[in-house]
Amino acid sequence: MRQRIFVLTLLACAFIPLQAEVPSLVAIQDARIVTVSGAVIEKGTVVLKDGIIADVGPSAAVPAGAWVVDGKGLTVYPGLIDAFSTWGLPEAPVQVSAAGGRGAQASATPGQTAPPRSRGPEDRPGTNSWVMAADLVKNTERRVTLAHGGGFTTAVTFPRQGLVGGHGAVVNLGGETSGAMIVEPDAGLYMSTTPSGYLGYPNSLMGVLAYFRQLWIDANYYKMAKEMYAKSPQTIPRPAYDRALEGVLSTKRVLLPAAGPVQMERMVKLGKELQTSVVLWGVTEGYRMADELKKSGTPVVLNVKWPTRERDRDPDLIDTMKVLEHRDKAPTAPIVLAKAGVKFAVSSDGLDAPKDILKALKKSIDMGLPKEAAIRALTLSAAEIYGVDQRMGSIDKGKMANLVVVKGDLFDERLTIAMIFVDGVKYLPPPDPPQTPGGNAGGNRPSTVDQEEN
Amino acid sequence: MRTILLGLLTLVGLSAQNTVVIQNGIIHTVTKGTITGSVVIVNGKITEVGEKVMTPAGAKIVDASGKHVIPGIIDCHTHIAVDAINEGSVSVSSMVGVDDVVNNERMDIYRALAGGVTTANVLHGSANAIGGRNVVLKMRWGKDADGLVFKEAKPGLKMALGENPKRQGMQTTGFGAQAGQQNLRYPGTRMGVEDVIREAFTNAKEYQKEWKDYEAKKARGEMALPPRRDLQLETLVEVLEGKRLVHAHCYRADEILMLLRVSQEFGFKIATLQHVLEGYKVAKEIAAAGVGASTFSDWWSYKVEAYDAIPYNAAVLQKKGVLVSLNSDDAGGAELMRRLNTEAGKIMKYGGVTEDEALAMITINPAKQLGIDQYVGSIEAGKQADLVIYDKDPLSIFSKVEKVFIDGQQYFDRDGDMSARPRKEAEKKGLLEKEKETERRNAPQTRRPS
Repeated sequence: MRQRIFVLTLLACAFIPLQAEVPSLVAIQDARIVTVSGAVIEKGTVVLKDGIIADVGPSAAVPAGAWVVDGKGLTVYPGLIDAFSTWGLPEAPVQVSAAGGRGAQASATPGQTAPPRSRGPEDRPGTNSWVMAADLVKNTERRVTLAHGGGFTTAVTFPRQGLVGGHGAVVNLGGETSGAMIVEPDAGLYMSTTPSGYLGYPNSLMGVLAYFRQLWIDANYYKMAKEMYAKSPQTIPRPAYDRALEGVLSTKRVLLPAAGPVQMERMVKLGKELQTSVVLWGVTEGYRMADELKKSGTPVVLNVKWPTRERDRDPDLIDTMKVLEHRDKAPTAPIVLAKAGVKFAVSSDGLDAPKDILKALKKSIDMGLPKEAAIRALTLSAAEIYGVDQRMGSIDKGKMANLVVVKGDLFDERLTIAMIFVDGVKYLPPPDPPQTPGGNAGGNRPSTVDQEEN
Repeated sequence: MRTILLGLLTLVGLSAQNTVVIQNGIIHTVTKGTITGSVVIVNGKITEVGEKVMTPAGAKIVDASGKHVIPGIIDCHTHIAVDAINEGSVSVSSMVGVDDVVNNERMDIYRALAGGVTTANVLHGSANAIGGRNVVLKMRWGKDADGLVFKEAKPGLKMALGENPKRQGMQTTGFGAQAGQQNLRYPGTRMGVEDVIREAFTNAKEYQKEWKDYEAKKARGEMALPPRRDLQLETLVEVLEGKRLVHAHCYRADEILMLLRVSQEFGFKIATLQHVLEGYKVAKEIAAAGVGASTFSDWWSYKVEAYDAIPYNAAVLQKKGVLVSLNSDDAGGAELMRRLNTEAGKIMKYGGVTEDEALAMITINPAKQLGIDQYVGSIEAGKQADLVIYDKDPLSIFSKVEKVFIDGQQYFDRDGDMSARPRKEAEKKGLLEKEKETERRNAPQTRRPS
């Protein structure tokens, strides 16, 4: 019975904001305001009107008719952004074909145990470049609400099936309809270098890289053929419609995996070859990548699940120096990158609960990361990486009213979120669930970066 | 942080000391005899070799009195320093290349260096009839992947005959066998391997013609759609046009002859036959085809096609006029790679080649096979200063590598390595203790039952 009530509460949270009436004009008065774009306002007011920040400042006036929040003891931050997420996507894996290029609607024949093997790049193995997270996101997905518990108002969510998973979207975590959640329907194309989800070519890292290269060659060829056909339909054969190539051509940037400097060098080189801008995901060794990242101007999304010694490991096993150093230095990655001026954001990948991102960053703060740098990674930097910084990421007049209001400080030992605003609509954080659900549990397994193979 | 510091140190070292003289060593030039004398290195290149040389002012002096200096060892067949070896899903994988997956942090690079290897031909595996592109690397430990590449080396392609490429087509063990017979990879026999090679090069010729036709049309000013660029066939066209070397894995005499025939029919050249354990049976034919051989000294019987082998293989091939090198075929462990000098020594015992001929099999001969002999492979003025200093005769099992230079820069120093060990050990201990301490502090307070 208690469980049912709990579920009902959760459902209620998911569907509607807690007030019966949604005020269109809100003022948070006399609060500490961390604007991120400018200096911290020790005592000031933020005014939200129709989902937009209408005014902010130490002396911003509370307009007539506004619902007022007494901000005493509260700190207002821009809504936090998970920069590489699956929140909002259904957790059951999306059924996609193993070889689905050339406009094919391929599916496994009933009775057949395995799909046909991919015999080359023409079979478009593991390629779902036409899939759009924006088409799949659901406002009822359970993690949309759970994310509020960590102060998150936005996630950059990617479909992650196969080598080319599809287009990610910048998604606000709340909305009357699923469509209303979409801030930006194309945040970039998710790519992985780990062969999975199909049989056959490519089954090695070098095969995957060669495949990406051919895929881009084919896409550019397709584009040229279409242009030539448009000019001269009488003499140029009509190119066959290919959704895999359409999906490649429509992207602004690609997300490529890079745990450390070795993969970084590879992926930055690949990005140059494909002539597309690159964001690196799954970065765990950021503490020794700063110079090269700065030089190439590549932004990264850090994986902040810091490595630890397994609890029930063989006590006699002594790790290599490399492993020991990695465990020792991993949490210094944000410090090193911030110092070097590399643009970085953070991801919930591999963490159990959304608020664990804050705990992870707290560890870095204790080791010397300026708090402002941590907050920037969670807000404005993420917005900049995906080109939505004109609309979100800081508390500025005219920006989207995405805010998290905290009792005390965001990095306090025990985080107490008073309320959050998504597009100006107030939500209360969900109660701590009995079991903390996975950041990327179920169908959206946490992605791994290039497994070593011999 | 440490790598940054190291990098800084080497930078400083380079600008202040770009002249090095290795003095009073026993210098095995390989191509021009053995002398007791010195080698002068300026800006990474050998400028003078002789009994008496002019030592430039301010040069860094390396005393090699009583020690032996040889050209850096070149290993013509390895799988080190990469994160992938085989793209075994298809029988023709010429679209892939190990050059895409070089991992400059792999320890095998340092181990190779410690064995006196300065250059390694890193090949795709032998899982398929036509494998992937190769990459020739210098063991510049500490540099990034791009910094390891031997830029002047001629690009290559791996091919493979016999058990490995056909095994994948067998019903019990083949690739995709678990997914049912319809998914087995062709071929399953040696006949099939030949067929795959013929078909691939037939396709490549057709592709080559498509491009030529298109270029002709364009030259005439006609509007035409160019052919689609195909990375798989593009590599094979490079082979046909002589721009890419073929390194072919093989064992049996019959398959060696098959490949020579097929390559002659299609008009491309095989640069090296790799392993080639039955090469001694068809040495004349290999010599006549002008094809090189890269083999082992006395390693065989690890599979059915590798039994009919003799330790005289390298010497017999050499005497019949084949250019012969010895290789390690090492992957990851870099075990044989660390003693290629003694592998060369064995060829003196089995076949009676001279000391210079033996050393040539791990230096100038592989350099010729890889198309880099104008840069490395012997100690001559004008060549890149890749040098190894041994404490004793390099062909003796008692000798140890003391120092290794690449492009005139010291990349390995036995004494330096040994003396750094206590410090590294202490660093490690420090980290272990730090971690334990943190764990103790963070451990949940548990009450023991009394």
